[in-house]
Amino acid sequence: MRSISFGQATVEATAAAMREDETVVVTGEDIGWGGNFGQFKGLLEEFGPKRVVDMPISEALILGSAVGAAVTGLRPVASLSFVEFTMGAMDEIINQAAKFRYMFGGQVSVPMVVRASDGVLRSSGAQHSESFEAFFSHMPGLKVVAPSNPADAKGLLRSAIDDDDPVIYLENKKITFRRGPVPEEDYRTALGEAAIAREGSDVSLITYSVMTQHALEAAQVLLEDHSIEAEVVDLRSLVPLDMESVLRSVAKTRRAVVCHEAWTFGGFGGEIASQINEHLFGELVAPVLRVGAQSAPIAFSPPLERALVPEASEVVQAVLRTLKP
Amino acid sequence: MAVDFKDRESSLEAYRQLLLIRIFEETLEDLFGKGKIPGFVHTYIGQEAIAVGVCSNLRSDDYVTSTHRGHGHAIAKGIDLNGLMAEVFGKVTGICKGRGGSMHVADFSKGILGANGIVAAGTVIAAGAGLSIQSREQDQVVVCFFGDGGINKGTVHEAMNFCSVKRLPVVFVCENNQYAQFTSRKLTTSVSDLSKRGAAYGMSTASLDGNNVVEVAEVSKKAIDDARNGLGPTLVVADTYRFGGHYVGDPQAYRSEDEVSKSRTRDPLLLFEKHLESQGLVDRDQLELEKVAITELVDEAVSFAERSDYPEVHSATDYVFTDRIEGS
Repeated sequence: MRSISFGQATVEATAAAMREDETVVVTGEDIGWGGNFGQFKGLLEEFGPKRVVDMPISEALILGSAVGAAVTGLRPVASLSFVEFTMGAMDEIINQAAKFRYMFGGQVSVPMVVRASDGVLRSSGAQHSESFEAFFSHMPGLKVVAPSNPADAKGLLRSAIDDDDPVIYLENKKITFRRGPVPEEDYRTALGEAAIAREGSDVSLITYSVMTQHALEAAQVLLEDHSIEAEVVDLRSLVPLDMESVLRSVAKTRRAVVCHEAWTFGGFGGEIASQINEHLFGELVAPVLRVGAQSAPIAFSPPLERALVPEASEVVQAVLRTLKP
Repeated sequence: MAVDFKDRESSLEAYRQLLLIRIFEETLEDLFGKGKIPGFVHTYIGQEAIAVGVCSNLRSDDYVTSTHRGHGHAIAKGIDLNGLMAEVFGKVTGICKGRGGSMHVADFSKGILGANGIVAAGTVIAAGAGLSIQSREQDQVVVCFFGDGGINKGTVHEAMNFCSVKRLPVVFVCENNQYAQFTSRKLTTSVSDLSKRGAAYGMSTASLDGNNVVEVAEVSKKAIDDARNGLGPTLVVADTYRFGGHYVGDPQAYRSEDEVSKSRTRDPLLLFEKHLESQGLVDRDQLELEKVAITELVDEAVSFAERSDYPEVHSATDYVFTDRIEGS
């Protein structure tokens, strides 16, 4: 199979959705020329400025207008470049997009996708390096997608655009240029279905987005250096959450480490750990551990940045702690 | 659609709308005082001529975005009265099935894209509806109601700039009722002529007496026609006065009784009654008959709401998502 980047895979999904449904439009910052990560490349040329709408750096407008367009017949895909920029439109996401359907008694759906790049990449500094999925997952009414590889990026974005509810689509910067096998045909990957990225019997690594890649690297190290077989569960979407797959894996391995690049404190990993405890407390042979960032804004200086954010070695250390307490 | 103010029946219809909003909200004040309505209520009393005059120029498929003070806009745009009243009561027969309440009434089948508890949130939503109209190549119009309190929000800047750049069919109607919650506009706003804000975005602007329904209808007609004809957005500033407090029960320590009673001499209903009588269109007896009829309508809505059930508690998480997600 041919190999393309994560960013290219999302262009294919968007173009397929736009060819199929003329109500799909793309709006946001810097999309006409292709986007910071090439994730909109070629769309303007194919679909024209009425459907690929370059917008001013007005975050509230970009997401507020997506809400307005979504309830009046369009399916907007709105881009804010970096996830930190969503903070300038938090009212539009939290108070408007997430609440419209409920607050208005089911009169409308809000079929919109918010695309934003998150995560650490080469000293981008505290306002271009972070991961906010915990905020979005906390708010009822939002779906949250965080793909870990190009093939899922394509299929999950296609499903996100199809979805009748607002979807926050988080594309990690570190993996956006990474290539991987991606089918050429048009396809959808369902939201709410985790993938077993690697099978194993000794410990479950529950993860998503870039940390899936780090967990896979860790699993290889664990096997080679410690003869430990780790299973990697890639959640793919946080809302809806495929807790069944998580529990099935942990029931088998009886040990779990939840891994994400976002801060550990108050992070999404706490929700997973808690649900594992609620369902499998008696069967666990070690406490569920969490691997995430230390509680500080992400630093600029390379050694500090690396110190704050976990990669494969932190996952390996956590697994060893669950096995040798 | 547009009111012919020389025609008796057409004028009477506008009068009925004004009365309906007034009597609906006076009834809410009374019910709220008796503890029959949960939450809190923001009334539009004194500002009715703006909603009625503007909406008289709108088609059923046109859109409005509204504010926390939204009953008037919803009524003038044709919301079902029983559904509106039941919503304010939190009943399952409410237009939003009791999930929204007074501050979140909406009727998407009538183009009412929602009252909104966040000040000036409707501006960017209206811009999106405008973009949608342009993209779908329709000739609908969006009216975005907001207040002098809202005009200092960043969303107003973002929305007006974009609507002007794209010449979107959006009419911004700023209801200048003199108070941002409890604070006078004079203390918080850099210009006294609010229409100057629109000029900054290269938009057409118009200022009018928001208590004169005839003037509101006539001036806003041009703005709405322009929007429909592809001439882009207009900022319409409608000067008015909020007769009530920010909410029902507001002690209003921030303004004098004298100021309020002076403003009441320019009650939009009284002004329109005088107009109707002086033009020989309607006599006093007819006006009284209309009041009786509208009061009956509102009383029926109250009775409908009181008879209705509250939503079943097991349905509390219905409508979060279009497809049901267990446990979320």
